[in-house]
Amino acid sequence: MPAPSKPKTRWHIAVFLAPAVLVYTAVMIYPLFNTLRLALYAEVDQQRIWVGLQNFQTLFGDAIWSEQFWNALGNNAWFFLIHMLVQNPIGIALAALLSSPRLRFSAFYRSAIFIPTILSFVIVGFAWKLILSPIWGIAPGMLDAIGLKFLYQPWLGKEEYALTTLSLVSVWQYVGIPMMLIYAALLSIPDEILEAGECDGITGMSAFWKIKLPLILPSIGIISVLTFVANFNAFDLIYAAQGALAGPDFSTDILGTFMYRTFFGFQLQLGDPHMGSAIASAMFGIILIGVCTYLFGIQRRLRNYQF
Amino acid sequence: MHKNTFKGLFLATTLLGASAATAQQAELTIESWRNDDLAIWQDKIIPAFEAQHPDISVRFTPSAPAEYNAVLNSKLDAGSAGDIITCRPFDASLALFEAGRLADLSDLEGMSNFSDVAKSGWSTDDGSATYCVPMASVIHGFIYNKDAFEEVGVAVPQTEEEFFAVLEAFKEDGNYIPMAMGTNDQWEAATMGYNNIGPNYWKGEEGRMALIAGEQKLTDEGWVAPFRQLAKWGAYLGDGFEAQTYPDSQNIFTLGRAAIYPAGSWEISGFNALADFEMGAFHPPVQNAGDTCYISDHTDIGIGMNAATENPEAAMTFLNWVASSEFSNIFANSLPGFFPLSKADVALEDPLAQEFISWRGKCESSIRSTYQILSRGTPNLENETWNASVAVIKGDESPEDAAQRLQDGLALWYTPQQ
Repeated sequence: MPAPSKPKTRWHIAVFLAPAVLVYTAVMIYPLFNTLRLALYAEVDQQRIWVGLQNFQTLFGDAIWSEQFWNALGNNAWFFLIHMLVQNPIGIALAALLSSPRLRFSAFYRSAIFIPTILSFVIVGFAWKLILSPIWGIAPGMLDAIGLKFLYQPWLGKEEYALTTLSLVSVWQYVGIPMMLIYAALLSIPDEILEAGECDGITGMSAFWKIKLPLILPSIGIISVLTFVANFNAFDLIYAAQGALAGPDFSTDILGTFMYRTFFGFQLQLGDPHMGSAIASAMFGIILIGVCTYLFGIQRRLRNYQF
Repeated sequence: MHKNTFKGLFLATTLLGASAATAQQAELTIESWRNDDLAIWQDKIIPAFEAQHPDISVRFTPSAPAEYNAVLNSKLDAGSAGDIITCRPFDASLALFEAGRLADLSDLEGMSNFSDVAKSGWSTDDGSATYCVPMASVIHGFIYNKDAFEEVGVAVPQTEEEFFAVLEAFKEDGNYIPMAMGTNDQWEAATMGYNNIGPNYWKGEEGRMALIAGEQKLTDEGWVAPFRQLAKWGAYLGDGFEAQTYPDSQNIFTLGRAAIYPAGSWEISGFNALADFEMGAFHPPVQNAGDTCYISDHTDIGIGMNAATENPEAAMTFLNWVASSEFSNIFANSLPGFFPLSKADVALEDPLAQEFISWRGKCESSIRSTYQILSRGTPNLENETWNASVAVIKGDESPEDAAQRLQDGLALWYTPQQ
């Protein structure tokens, strides 16, 4: 006879979780660990041999590899910096404007600004490539119309501008995301708090700086982490606009394109899955460090501040 | 009925000998990077083959050119690749052969239709095994707008000096961009630039073989001089050429906005369909009048068999047919600008293609310098040459520095150059 006190096994939990767990394991967890494992091997004469951390030594130590790696990482950092300095402040400003009760057609603006985020990066990449093209693009003509033609440059073709241009295109595409998140956060601020502030004479801009902004700081933190992860995983826009060689002269090369070229090979260069995995592992490490820094360094302090 | 099918297949696959064949309908799938050619394969080549071999059906399934190697390698690893594999020349295919992915075709009957040079793109270094049937080569040169030349009153240049005089004349005239090429996609600068004009300086095969043997260096005059010429091109490429893509250049030329287009012969069929002015072609100008001219006549496409195919007999039948003069004729005339490599005589109907192929008679042929053996290591000489050619055209790097950088990179891994 079974003991009456034994709790009933709740099979339904396992059953309902199983599909998600299995799919997630198959397409995320297993490939992740297999990539980390692949990075520890090399192929010599068609044989896969164990080399330990030698691939990483090559990646960071060998002049040819490390030069490309640091170039890509530096470009990633610049890409991220532009998003942090341009995309997120603009997103917050737009959200603040949209949440103003006096703004008319706010639903229209909200949709218009959000629409690019649902477009395919291929469309965005090619559309901007065409807009900025010195031959067919409308950019030279539009600048000419307002007498600023002298400012025009083949932005995507010059080493000094290409990465910044693409970062700004990416900002244009994704500014809707921080806008929507901040907008939601702003709407969730209780009116009582704002009204209490008004009684104390805090209105308009100072109400934003002194009441709303501190209350949406956790959302800004989340947005920063999302931006960080997305930017260090970026690949699509650069690939669509500049190809796998991330031209001109690797000035737009980021870890994603570097990994793609190495892993799959490009033109006459044959793919090297092991070095490619080493780069992918390095990317994973960088993102892990970034996210951990946020979780343990910043979010904890935000919570302390909040409560 | 069953017996007839069996007999037909038996006759067609002479290679089979007495081995038992299954008399079922075999289906072959072709992997290729030539997605531009889909219509020609479906409308002309495959029907011609299937008419003779009703028991074999063929499907042509191309992928995007730049991703082809990556896609193909992944498919081969996964065991899902097609039966017939279109082969890029040299190392990419050699690596597949050495990994056992491509079948050895040395004994294929049709192979006798090709010269050793034609087979070089798809043979092992010592030439002992050939694993793809050579399909076509492409020739480099310059395509020009005949109307524009008449309008500005310049003649086809024979020497380098005349070439720059023509470019200068167009620049002064101002109605045409002298030369349509951009550096955005990078490969044009090396393929249509460096490797197009280069053979005249490094004397074609002579220089190329010497480089492979380690007797010449990339810093020798013959290898730096083409960069010196490229450095002068920048001034004639039109505004914003830094961001001009390959399709941009094609459009600029076919819309009649540019006078000269540094070309590969593969452009011919596309240009014929788009340009409404008369086009001509000239080979890379030589340094002094009367010098021997050299052209890049590059073995570009081969076709081989997936070693893991389930239909080896049908695949062999197909490859033998590709090696025949019937295929060469259909292919060359449907795709003017892809010149067959077989010894069989092929009559070309397209005048522009005829002009290109006529250079084989008066100039020395060579293949692209960076393709055989020299792009095996890291850094990859071909990809580095793209980068260096662009840097030189834009004026970011001097010809000497670019050559030195390529030499240093090559010496890192290629023993004969150390």
